[in-house]
Amino acid sequence: MLSAQSLAAIDREVAKYPADQKRSAVMGALRIALVERRETGKTPEERCLNTEVIEFVANYLQIPPVAAYEVATFYNMYDMKPVGQYKITVCTNLPCALSGGVNAAAYISKKLGIAIGETSADGKYTLLEGECMGACGDAPVLLVNNHKMCSFMTPEAIDKKLAELN
Amino acid sequence: MLEIEIDGKKLTVPQGSTVMDAAHSVGTYIPHFCYHKKLSIAANCRMCLVEVEKAPKPLPACATPVTDGMKVHTHSDMAKKAQAGVMEFLLINHPLDCPICDQGGECQLQDLAVGYGNSSSRYQEEKRSVVGKDMGPLVSAEEMSRCIHCTRCVRFTEEIGGFQEIGMANRSEFSEIMPYLGKTVNSEISGNVIDLCPVGALTSKPFRYSTRAWELSRRKSVSPHDGLGSNLIVQVKANEVMRVLPLENEAINECWIADRDRFSYEGLNSAERLQKPMIKFDGKWHETDWETALAYVVKGLNGVSADHGKDAIGFLTSPHSTTEELYLAQKLARAFGVNNIDYRLRRSDFSADAAQQGAQWLGSSIAELTAAKSILVVGSTQRKEQPLLASQLRQAVKKGSALNVIHVADDALLTAVNAKLIVSPLALVNALAQVLKAVVEIKSAQSTIDLAAVAASEEAQAIAASLVEAESAAIVLGNVAQHHPAFAQLLKLTQEIAALTGARFGLLAEAANSTGAELVGALPHRAAFGANTAAGLNAAAMIAAPRKAYFLLNTEVEFDSYNPQAAVAAMKQAATVIALTAYKGAGLLDYADVLLPIAPFSETAGSFVNMEGKLQSFNGVVRPLGETRPAWKVLRVLGNMLNLSGFEHNSAEEVRAELLAHGAVESAFNNAIGDVPVNAEAGAGLVRIGEVPLYQADAICRRAQSLQQTADAAVPVARAHSSLLARLNLADGKQGLLRQGTGELKVLVEADDSLPADTVRLATAHPLTVGLGGMFDSIELTQG
Repeated sequence: MLSAQSLAAIDREVAKYPADQKRSAVMGALRIALVERRETGKTPEERCLNTEVIEFVANYLQIPPVAAYEVATFYNMYDMKPVGQYKITVCTNLPCALSGGVNAAAYISKKLGIAIGETSADGKYTLLEGECMGACGDAPVLLVNNHKMCSFMTPEAIDKKLAELN
Repeated sequence: MLEIEIDGKKLTVPQGSTVMDAAHSVGTYIPHFCYHKKLSIAANCRMCLVEVEKAPKPLPACATPVTDGMKVHTHSDMAKKAQAGVMEFLLINHPLDCPICDQGGECQLQDLAVGYGNSSSRYQEEKRSVVGKDMGPLVSAEEMSRCIHCTRCVRFTEEIGGFQEIGMANRSEFSEIMPYLGKTVNSEISGNVIDLCPVGALTSKPFRYSTRAWELSRRKSVSPHDGLGSNLIVQVKANEVMRVLPLENEAINECWIADRDRFSYEGLNSAERLQKPMIKFDGKWHETDWETALAYVVKGLNGVSADHGKDAIGFLTSPHSTTEELYLAQKLARAFGVNNIDYRLRRSDFSADAAQQGAQWLGSSIAELTAAKSILVVGSTQRKEQPLLASQLRQAVKKGSALNVIHVADDALLTAVNAKLIVSPLALVNALAQVLKAVVEIKSAQSTIDLAAVAASEEAQAIAASLVEAESAAIVLGNVAQHHPAFAQLLKLTQEIAALTGARFGLLAEAANSTGAELVGALPHRAAFGANTAAGLNAAAMIAAPRKAYFLLNTEVEFDSYNPQAAVAAMKQAATVIALTAYKGAGLLDYADVLLPIAPFSETAGSFVNMEGKLQSFNGVVRPLGETRPAWKVLRVLGNMLNLSGFEHNSAEEVRAELLAHGAVESAFNNAIGDVPVNAEAGAGLVRIGEVPLYQADAICRRAQSLQQTADAAVPVARAHSSLLARLNLADGKQGLLRQGTGELKVLVEADDSLPADTVRLATAHPLTVGLGGMFDSIELTQG
């Protein structure tokens, strides 16, 4: 189900932990699986995780499937549903919410014309609500495609960011 | 030792104790949901918050280690405020459906909300709702909105069950407890999650909506299924068993019971229960009264004995019967002059009988077995034979014991196995001989058994090293070993290995009262407490050389025999078959001539002797159904009607007292056997692995509907190694034709590479397979 390269990468993750604690490598393994699918998938459905992939990863690590499923559904970096080219995750946890996080999400939602959890019709943007990113002092914060963290996202900063992505 | 003060009470606790442990040791109750003494600490419900002096905020008692000089207040204003606050949060999404909730009246959340919560909530918004889940036929997860996410069920399946079948998916307010998508919970001890659930999210499917907890009376009893002897609380309403719960006994079942113990009660209320004596004449069954039926039985026994002699009568009894019943059955048989009595219907090798020196048992206490540093289990499916003991062995492995396995199939034991030898039943003796050989080599010792032709494999050497090096070791023989056609040799080899390694050895008792049956002498060669007796025929001999009359106690020979084909044929040729039974099973209706309704364990006083030789007595929890009578009473009256002396007992207690007057129970056990010739050469040929399915082991669980819907009760298929299927030109998932003796069976064939080559694994004791022959005999497999 996964390429030899991905499996080798997963083996590298497994090697970081004691032999009887393969379970510790589940986050890395799911990330590697997702990256491969994102790069090679032909349809939006093939570019995210699904239960078969999760089960494959679980079996590869010799852990119960539900243990991998718990992890995959806990973190919203793991895409369980198709996402657009740019996945924008806005933190709406309490400290961010007090500093305008909810407003930032609402502003993006209005600007892109999609509700939270939706993908734009052209498949370009997906807007998600995120959990604390550990940067409450920089609130409001958002994450683009899991990797690029953007701080102090006032409406002006959001406009600039979206223009950049466009 | 650390000093701690809890609510002004000073005490010392060992290093590493938590505040919760310390509080329990002085009887201080701290409210909690997620904490459970047998599970790992999660500290996610936050209900056990307490005030600790010098700590800036309340701390969870279950996860806070005691430090020296700690001062804890469990009822201070700070603690109470924290607990009330947590309770308010827990109730935010909890539906107020207590009036229709099964858990109502025995709900921890309900109790603690009254004890530690506020009288009203400030939360006005909409509550979240969670879709119900399907966890299979035993555990209902219909109302998951009630879940408070304590994760006890998750931790149970992972830590006690051995495989995490339940998980918590999603995050924060979207969290849901669920089995893996599309899967059910198939653990053989899954029912315990119902007890663990502190709210009404996980409830018992068979029990749901049948009655209220406060309408039930609680009565103590003992499980009639496996040899562990789990202690039960049987809950009763209007003379009907409504449900079964565990009774905590740390030395035996801890606080758990297997699903078989918990849900088999459905079989007690089965429509198949025999309620009136029945006699067959002119090929038709007629209900009758006890007087007529007993007179018929007496006439039958006297008639056969007059025409053909006493030796023409055979008594076949069940290891699921009580000690008192088995004692009276053997007493009746012997007083009447019949020596043909046996309880070992599923055994095939009796050649150790003459060499036997005492009643066979586990050889140690259960606690000693699980504390052994090295354990060798020979011929046992473990999880399907002894579900709860298998979980205890799993805990033993976690605590550092090495589990070694010699078996006929590479079953998933859900635990780490130190070394294993998986061989065909024909090579089982050879496998054990390999271990003996390796032990002899390590110890540079001599063995009385000729091992010249045996070569110890690497795995055998690993097993031997593990047994020799461990400071305490135990070897136990499971059902497969006991039913094996070379059981005597396996026992002899085990004894030799044990003698050289200092290990304890014994049998994992197949049934609730196998050990009791040994004790009371429901055996052809030994009477009660090993008293000498004129030798009679064993169970196999009574079938191989058919008798004119059979007296069946609690036995359905088509399910309980090593070779159902031969057993049923023997019954059919007999002039009379007298059956004392709780059920009018299809088999009995076919071959029996008179059926006397006897009480199952729930309707009679009695006792079971568990595998460790502990006699546990119990009383009936309900009145006998219809005209059913306790079997000890029936046997006593039969003794009177046959004009035999010594049948004056007025209660089961009197029967027990008479038995126990023979001596102390512990003194009767001895697994040592004398000389048995051993042929360590592995045999060749295609052989059947015919185990008894988990829920076909005894008459009660065969009729428990919910158990019969589980994955473990699925219709048997024939499994064989893919190389064998290829050689026979058979396809995986297609039909094959099996032949044993005069029996043929078309059955689905599945490839299973965990089996040794040249074996076909097909369950016995199932309606589908009753036409086939011996459990571990040769078998033919061809295209169907």
